Amino acid sequence: MTTPMPAPMIELRGVSKRFEKAADSATRLVRRVRGALGAPVQPQIVRAVDRVDLAVARGEVVGLVGESGCGKSTLGRMVAGIAPPSDGQVLYQGQDVATLDPAAARQAKLRVQMIFQDPYASLNPRLRVSEIVGEAPRVHRLIQGPYDAYVDAQLRRAGLDPAYTRRYPHQFSGGQRQRIGIARALAVQPDFLVCDEAVAALDVSIQAQILNLFMDLRRELDLTYLFISHDLGVVEHLSDRVVIMYLGRVVEQAPTEEVFARPNHPYTQALLAEVPRIDARRRRFTAIKGEIPSPLAPPPGCHFHPRCPHAFARCSVEVPALLEIAPGHRSACHLNDR
Amino acid sequence: MSATALAPREETPLRRFLAEFARSRLAVLGVVLVALVAFAAIFAPWISPQDPYDLAQLDIMDGRLPPGSVSPTGVPYLLGTDDQGRDMLSGIFYGLRISLGVGVGSALIAGIIGSALGLVAAYVGGRTESIIMRLVDLQLSFPSILVALMILAFLGKGIGNVMLALVMVEWAYYARTARGSALAERRREYIEAAECLALSRARIVFRHLLPNCLPPLIVVGTFQVARAIALEATLSFLGLGVPVTEPSLGLLIANGYQYMLSGKYWISFYPGIALLVTIVGINLVGDQLRDVLNPRLQK
Amino acid sequence: MTGTLEVRGLSTHFTSRAGVVRAVDDVSFAVQRGEVMGLVGESGSGKSVTGFSIIGLVDPPGRVVAGQILFQGRDIARLPEPELRKLRGRHIAMVFQDPMMTLNPVLRIDTQMIEAVQAHETVSTAAARARSRNALGLVGIPSPDERLRAYPHQFSGGMRQRVAIAIALLHRPELILADEPTTALDVTIQAQILAEVQGLARDLGTALVWITHDLSVIAGLADHVAVMYAGRIVEKGSVDAVLDHPLHPYTAGLIGSVPSRTPRGERLPGIPGMTPSVLNLPVGCAFRTRCARATAVCETDPPEFPAEPGRAHRCFHPLVAVPA
Repeated sequence: MTTPMPAPMIELRGVSKRFEKAADSATRLVRRVRGALGAPVQPQIVRAVDRVDLAVARGEVVGLVGESGCGKSTLGRMVAGIAPPSDGQVLYQGQDVATLDPAAARQAKLRVQMIFQDPYASLNPRLRVSEIVGEAPRVHRLIQGPYDAYVDAQLRRAGLDPAYTRRYPHQFSGGQRQRIGIARALAVQPDFLVCDEAVAALDVSIQAQILNLFMDLRRELDLTYLFISHDLGVVEHLSDRVVIMYLGRVVEQAPTEEVFARPNHPYTQALLAEVPRIDARRRRFTAIKGEIPSPLAPPPGCHFHPRCPHAFARCSVEVPALLEIAPGHRSACHLNDR
Repeated sequence: MSATALAPREETPLRRFLAEFARSRLAVLGVVLVALVAFAAIFAPWISPQDPYDLAQLDIMDGRLPPGSVSPTGVPYLLGTDDQGRDMLSGIFYGLRISLGVGVGSALIAGIIGSALGLVAAYVGGRTESIIMRLVDLQLSFPSILVALMILAFLGKGIGNVMLALVMVEWAYYARTARGSALAERRREYIEAAECLALSRARIVFRHLLPNCLPPLIVVGTFQVARAIALEATLSFLGLGVPVTEPSLGLLIANGYQYMLSGKYWISFYPGIALLVTIVGINLVGDQLRDVLNPRLQK
Repeated sequence: MTGTLEVRGLSTHFTSRAGVVRAVDDVSFAVQRGEVMGLVGESGSGKSVTGFSIIGLVDPPGRVVAGQILFQGRDIARLPEPELRKLRGRHIAMVFQDPMMTLNPVLRIDTQMIEAVQAHETVSTAAARARSRNALGLVGIPSPDERLRAYPHQFSGGMRQRVAIAIALLHRPELILADEPTTALDVTIQAQILAEVQGLARDLGTALVWITHDLSVIAGLADHVAVMYAGRIVEKGSVDAVLDHPLHPYTAGLIGSVPSRTPRGERLPGIPGMTPSVLNLPVGCAFRTRCARATAVCETDPPEFPAEPGRAHRCFHPLVAVPA
């Protein structure tokens, strides 16, 4: 008899996020008048994330890949609890976060932490490092024992010398600041980390150090990751599973080896073909045509069809569903469904 | 792996700021001028040759004496006397007290109220923000003098009422600046991190947002002090400001105005110079503050 | 035949209150006609300043203090500004990471491009417009006539960069310096631009110096590569030779930091420590504080050791013993 699968640590069900330009009273008045006159104006809505389902099991590293406008950062923020979804549910260990009472909601929020992209903007420039790292655990009463010892332990775990707790962020390099951010996240004892392009702004050699740190922390603290990046090489190295997004929708997801060996969706194929690799010498860069469409006016049907070399009639009309084409491998393309 | 060599000694943001500030000679001059003026104002009772409000010491026969003259009792009138026989220099020192006190006091109070409102408007948004910002717009669309005059006409003269009028006129600048600054900072990642760490809204606004919105507010505050002093001088000049018993520089200038053309220039002139020095000094400091604090915001 | 560009012993120093920063220190390399040379390094390596020095855009407190910059055989290192201006845009062009450093946001594209053409040649506006249109076509911008009348903000980031490259190409320069032009762009857009640029170098014979931190881009695009660290070139050679058999430990470390060479899930070898502060460089070989192979001799300045023709390194303990 098989034991039932535990609920995934984080699950997104039909999650969407829409951004609408907030209309001031004058604009609202104009709209009402136009509506009354029979020429209604559609408010400008950006569907940053469009009905996404995603589940991350405990201990997994899920890589979230996509280019500008794909919605990966917005998705990350919804997972971390910083941005509420417009539709759908965010479930933490099987429970809808929106339905929790304030104390439980706060617990859930603390358990999911985020590492940000910009090491220069993600630390409060007016606070000393010790305060940056120690404020939240102190406020939430997570510290047992002396405050300084706790903060020092967090810094050491992130690879920083505790002697520098009295310093300010501007006195550190980019890589060190990123470590401070990691220490701050770890200080509240999370079990899930959302890394939003956490290494994109770092030099290559520092990037490698931080990636190693992520891998070490995963083992030591049994962490689960949602690793958001545009860098396929990094995602391939770190992740168990990869999810690829395009203009707010998931177009493909599969275990890492599967995605890189047998990409199914034309966008994934193009992405993999175009990524520069250190072993691909003096290659002929062949690029897919066209620009990434503006999220304000995404193409109808499959968002990718204007740039897809295999597009046919159905693609511009019907949104392809995310179908399972192999065990654990899902792709949203009409080519699989002929 | 540990950090390699960093700044050699405790490099607080304050030390960095002071070093940056001192790079402009003019700004240092401004600080000197402000310090002199402040010193005169604070220590007026001790450094004045005469207490100009002690009626017992006055002799109206000493009125309108030119600078350099000496009273029969041996008190030097370095800058002459006014029409009541009061020593100009002492009058200026005491006048500075009033002017600076009213100016700085009103700027501070307006600053606290206006900044708090601006920050709340930016962070909370929605209808609260709309209401506050419409009030700001309303306030700023009227000329300050007009508003002050209306308030004083309604409430009557007196230092307290003058300060109230100045606060009513000034708070809107702070609110607007604070809101603008807070809107920019609100989207920054360290604020998002604070939200992710489940910190309370109040803590985020006052512990994280406010200190980082402070630089432009300090700059605004500096210029507001100068404006307040000038505005108060104007009001007093028009006779609607502080009472005659506690003359500010503006009132002193007003008193001597009638004598300007008959050769007794010193009664208006020297208080005018004192006012000029004060405002120029404050503006020089404010200019450099703005330049120094600005690049920081870009980080 | 003289190469398009030959840099010999270039040094650019910045003098500040805190001391002298040797941003570029004794840099030498050569680029032939139609070749692509990659200048690779992390932040603080001096790669951008090298590019600015070549085109004469280093502002005080920086100054080229030593060396020669031979452009088609002629030393332009200390040329007076009016002479440099004749070269800039006409024979040597530069493309920056942010296309808005090239484009004026308040002017239409055609205005800017026509101005760029007429700055170096007396041609009619109509002829200049035709040239601009062709240049836009060359970089793969669709409906160029329409696009000419647009403003920069109406283009996406990738398009803007193409326009910047088109402007660089207006006079068919012999040399183009590109400073991280695709770093801020998406992968698919980057690929498009790399494809265009590659074709252009091939067809027009333009020599290209591509400054970047991304080794993978260099692997695909460049013929030769020079790796910079703390202002010096620590290794140079053909792309295949350097990437497959690095001689300098820093190069090896850099290659080891890229995930694709390490099996999935394993720790990346990388490089321990941090780049030293430019004001406080270690004496001798700047890399020695992070190098496992450092010995006492590394406290003296390593000279450039030639390996084969076109290959050199600055290391007392290179990784592979070089055959005599």
